[in-house]
Amino acid sequence: MTTLPRTGRPLLAPYITGGIRPDWTEYLHEYVRNGADAIEIGLPFSDPILDGPTIQEASDTALRRGVTVRSILDEVAAIDAGVPLIAMTYYNLVHRDAAAFCRDLAAAGIHGLIVPDLPVDESAPLAAAAASAEVDLTLLVAPTTPAARLAEIAAASRGFVYAVSTMGTTGSSFAASGGRLATEVRELTALPVLLAFGIATHADAVTAARSADGVVIGAALMRRILDGCSPAELGAVLAGFRKALDEDGSDCVP
Amino acid sequence: MTEIALPRPAAGVMSDPGALGRFGEYGGRYVPESLIPACAALEEAFRDAWSDPRFRRDLDRLLAVHAGRPTALTPAWRLSADLGVNVLLKREDLAHTGSHKINNVLGQALLAKRMGKTRLLAETGAGQHGVATATAGALLGLDVTVYMGEVDIERQALNVFRMKMLGAEVVPVTSGTRTLKDSTSEALRQWVTCVDEAHYCLGSVMGPHPYPWMVREFQRVIGDEARRQCAAELSTGIPDYVVACIGGGSNAAGTFAGFADTGAQLVGVEAEGGAAVAFGQVGVLHGFRSYLLQDENGQVSEAHSIAAGLDYPGIGPEHAHLRDSGRARYVTVSDEEIVPAVRRLARTEGILPALESAHAIAWVIRAAESGELPPWSTVLVTLSGRGDKDMATLMAAS
Repeated sequence: MTTLPRTGRPLLAPYITGGIRPDWTEYLHEYVRNGADAIEIGLPFSDPILDGPTIQEASDTALRRGVTVRSILDEVAAIDAGVPLIAMTYYNLVHRDAAAFCRDLAAAGIHGLIVPDLPVDESAPLAAAAASAEVDLTLLVAPTTPAARLAEIAAASRGFVYAVSTMGTTGSSFAASGGRLATEVRELTALPVLLAFGIATHADAVTAARSADGVVIGAALMRRILDGCSPAELGAVLAGFRKALDEDGSDCVP
Repeated sequence: MTEIALPRPAAGVMSDPGALGRFGEYGGRYVPESLIPACAALEEAFRDAWSDPRFRRDLDRLLAVHAGRPTALTPAWRLSADLGVNVLLKREDLAHTGSHKINNVLGQALLAKRMGKTRLLAETGAGQHGVATATAGALLGLDVTVYMGEVDIERQALNVFRMKMLGAEVVPVTSGTRTLKDSTSEALRQWVTCVDEAHYCLGSVMGPHPYPWMVREFQRVIGDEARRQCAAELSTGIPDYVVACIGGGSNAAGTFAGFADTGAQLVGVEAEGGAAVAFGQVGVLHGFRSYLLQDENGQVSEAHSIAAGLDYPGIGPEHAHLRDSGRARYVTVSDEEIVPAVRRLARTEGILPALESAHAIAWVIRAAESGELPPWSTVLVTLSGRGDKDMATLMAAS
């Protein structure tokens, strides 16, 4: 299971597209060294309908390198990250044999799964497969999710609840209104609530963490990798987020 | 025609797919949570509108006075004599904008107005659905944004210009293969950002529930009209075969819907390079579960066809179910059979079909000549569009 650590400080979950570069697992180590509480690993799909231009480009880059779910999991299995790992991918890569997919994740040391095109209404078969492989299937909530549905999703989600801050794709502008969503969900569940989408600056992260248990940072980091940022340089970027969250978060997050 | 076609009973083949939008194991609503409320609201609005005689009357009137319905049923006399089977053409090429696409967009645009939306978003491949959406937007005073792959924009410059003349904005899509599947992904992404004011006017019997069902219902006017026309034209009342080409499958779904409860054999004709039923595996893309062209890792493949309108790697979920249940069968024809089929219909009947529609003609020619179609059996073929848009391709192939 992906029990996220209860550190008393805002949780920081950076994202990386698996296989984006031959040395991609080096970034993973730098994330851990620089304060990541969990890491989201994207398993690239040809048609990512909830991703904006940056993660689309990252996915295309990885797929052109010839990576597959199998090759990424093999690389992940060979390392000991030391923090919970969460896979993020689309349902077409999962559904054919969901039980085997979840067992493969667990065998590689990944105990969390996010499938953004699988809403709660369609999630029962995968939820069962994930549970028997001891993988947490984490569900998403969005700013338009009605209250009754928020409760249903919060109850069905495992590991944490993934709150999409804005009506847009990954890499959209951060909407501070996402804070209201996180606040609302936190009243419905004991699980941590992470805010995601569009968190690009320290100010975005700090604002988000004031109403959520933590943040996911994706496109802002992937843009830097695509632009040639080295693992050490990206580690320094993450350390900056960590510091900003810790300095603000010490007295703001219960 | 002035009579109002009432909704058919829920039971039976090609009926209401229910709240989950399932056709057997296919269909569903596999979209990000951000779009779930919009899909649910659309389903509710469609159910309400479709059972409202006023909405039906308004749509029937638009189809009559703007789109030119009913379209003719044309006996293909000389082709029939050549082939030794009785071929009847349902002439969607005569509908306004040159294809069946107008049936669906007038329905969706009218529904969008009823829902208080001010904008339409659409994806397009060859540009036919984009042109139809631009047309409906102009007619009903809705802003239109069309997403179109960069590759298709180059291939279909004329249709891009038509859309702009009609006042639509055409946005190039630069991701992935820069074709129809990517423009569909982009339209879904952009819909997330403007769900309050915009309706996503999807062009085929695909996408998340309620689209596959709703688009089939808006297209069933083809099959319902043809049923009445066949009853008047044929001594048997019902044709032996009902044939239509399939990309996503909307003209076929609309045609089949009029004959699903008869003994007619239903035949869907796919392009060999985009044949999701023949060569695909079950997958999930763009909100629905169906047959999908993909590699062994589940990455979606690009479809290839001489007919841009058939360049879609999936097929509508109801077709997957009709195939599995045996009610319809799905066949393929190759690019090489298309230009000869266009020429043959042009020279026997004076009708230049769209390359897409020529797939259905090509199969009928092959099946008649091989003896698969019994002598003087009756074959209804939906001619989904006219070939004017394809002159450049035909010139290059001649």
